[in-house]
Amino acid sequence: MEAPMSTSRSGAAAPAKSRRRLQPWEWAPYVFISPFFILFLCFGLFPLLFSVWLSFHSWDAATGLGGMVWVGIENYEFVLGDEWFHKSLFNTFWLAVASGLPQHLVAIPLAFFAHTYLAKYRNTVVGIYFLPFITSSVAIALVFNSLFSRDFGIVNLALTSIGNFEVAGIHPLAWLFPTSNIDWGQPQYTKPMIAFVVFWRYVGWNTVLYLSALQTIPNDLYEAATIDGASRRQQFWYITLPLLKPMMFLAVTMTIIGNLQLFEEPFIITGGTGGLDQAGKTAAMHMYNTAFVDSDFGTASAVAWVLFMLIALLTVVNNKVFSQKD
Amino acid sequence: MAIVTKRVSPTRWFAYFIVAAGSIIMLAPFWFMFVFATHTNTEILSVPPPVWFGDAFVGNLNLLLDKLPFFWKNLGWSFYIAIAVTVLNLFFCSLAGYAFAMYHFKYKERLFAVIMATVMLPSFVGMIPTALVMSWLGWMNQPKALIIPSACGAFGIFMMRQYISSAIPRELTEAARIDGCSEFGIYWRVVLPLITPALGTLGLVTFIGSWNNFAGPLIVIRDMEMFTVPLALRALQGTGQVPWGAISAGSAIAVLPLLVIFVISSRRLIAGLTSGAIKG
Repeated sequence: MEAPMSTSRSGAAAPAKSRRRLQPWEWAPYVFISPFFILFLCFGLFPLLFSVWLSFHSWDAATGLGGMVWVGIENYEFVLGDEWFHKSLFNTFWLAVASGLPQHLVAIPLAFFAHTYLAKYRNTVVGIYFLPFITSSVAIALVFNSLFSRDFGIVNLALTSIGNFEVAGIHPLAWLFPTSNIDWGQPQYTKPMIAFVVFWRYVGWNTVLYLSALQTIPNDLYEAATIDGASRRQQFWYITLPLLKPMMFLAVTMTIIGNLQLFEEPFIITGGTGGLDQAGKTAAMHMYNTAFVDSDFGTASAVAWVLFMLIALLTVVNNKVFSQKD
Repeated sequence: MAIVTKRVSPTRWFAYFIVAAGSIIMLAPFWFMFVFATHTNTEILSVPPPVWFGDAFVGNLNLLLDKLPFFWKNLGWSFYIAIAVTVLNLFFCSLAGYAFAMYHFKYKERLFAVIMATVMLPSFVGMIPTALVMSWLGWMNQPKALIIPSACGAFGIFMMRQYISSAIPRELTEAARIDGCSEFGIYWRVVLPLITPALGTLGLVTFIGSWNNFAGPLIVIRDMEMFTVPLALRALQGTGQVPWGAISAGSAIAVLPLLVIFVISSRRLIAGLTSGAIKG
């Protein structure tokens, strides 16, 4: 300890500073945060960069790395012109809108209702709606497959009993509900069925998000509005909705990002095939099948990046739409 | 609030009714999953299907084990992987969160922004290259292929940083340092005991995420003996007569741990899951 002290005292200022021992609290934080970065470099960044590289190659994984052939943008040209990819994109957007829009149209009023009128049972009710979100998507999709089966499914039983509901010899609801069992395996029913399962799974998540945002709105605002004679409905439209906007932006962004990469629910419900006429095959499933069924990793990587670009683009558009209204 | 004597309007009664009906729709699939797990296929395929419990659970379980001979092993792998991922995340995330909350260092803000940006990367983009990396490493069909890449999640670091910076005064760690505590010692002996509530929440969230993970094991686990529960259940969907009773029994077993966790800690769980969205 004595020797370095004396040298630093006698030496010039600049070298002394550079020779100063790094204190533990100066290097420790870098060590503490390093696990994330090491893992991300190995299992996050490297795979992504390799996937970009791969998307410009034609490659059958069985031939090893030497079998990679540079093809330029050929994969992208193929993907953008591929009818099956177009169809899977159409399915993805259909499902994203049909499952995403109702989620928010239900979640906002439900959260408002739970916040305003439910006191004692609020957590129970919200918990019930939230429950599907934390359960295994595979187990749930399998159960729904049995509930939606044609001849014994409880869904058909419920729908047809409403459709066949009879008052004084007429069926007042037959125009809206089916009167005979629906075969949910048919292409025209595949997407509505998947959309319902996705809606069912995520509506509670959005409700919880909106509820937590509602709880940050100060009560004084409502009290002041009540004194001024505003009705509950007016309070909802003129106080609640505008103040919910930041959360709506966040929740809608998450729904867009999540729904456009929809994979697990349609994959299980259609048994991995996409269903008859591939009516339930999403873009992420198309990517999976191209890679792991057709062993065409180059094209599959191109599919992944095209989809990524679309998601990024829509996120930006969503950003613009929400910031414009101000 | 409690002394309001105003009559409840019909509209509000209607709203109560809708919310109650919605709750039934939310719960019905779970109900039928447990009910079907206790009925034979013939009973399930009858019209109307059973709505109350039967006595065929053991039979369904035997059928399940017949179709999936490694089901108990699969269940074991699911637990093993979920627990390993949870323990590693609790350690690495709290350590990194502690560094971001309690230290001043160069590039701190930028490094944290990088971590947050990784959350935005859609998971499917990494699916294909991850499968290739795992096969080059020789990790195919091995639990570590699922454990090590998810050992330190960005969400966990964010959550831990938030909690530590609000719950632990800097004076406390400074005092420990003056008393001669090492940097890791401060984390281990001073910080860690004070953040157990946040560790509990992060643990629940991580465990559930790993337990439900399907896309991850789908691409790296091919061997039936090494399947996790979601993969095993999916394998039941083969051709021929679908064993609905066995599928329901297996699904019920897969969902049961989650239901137990949810009943015990739903409020904490919901708060933990949404914390990233609200504060971020």
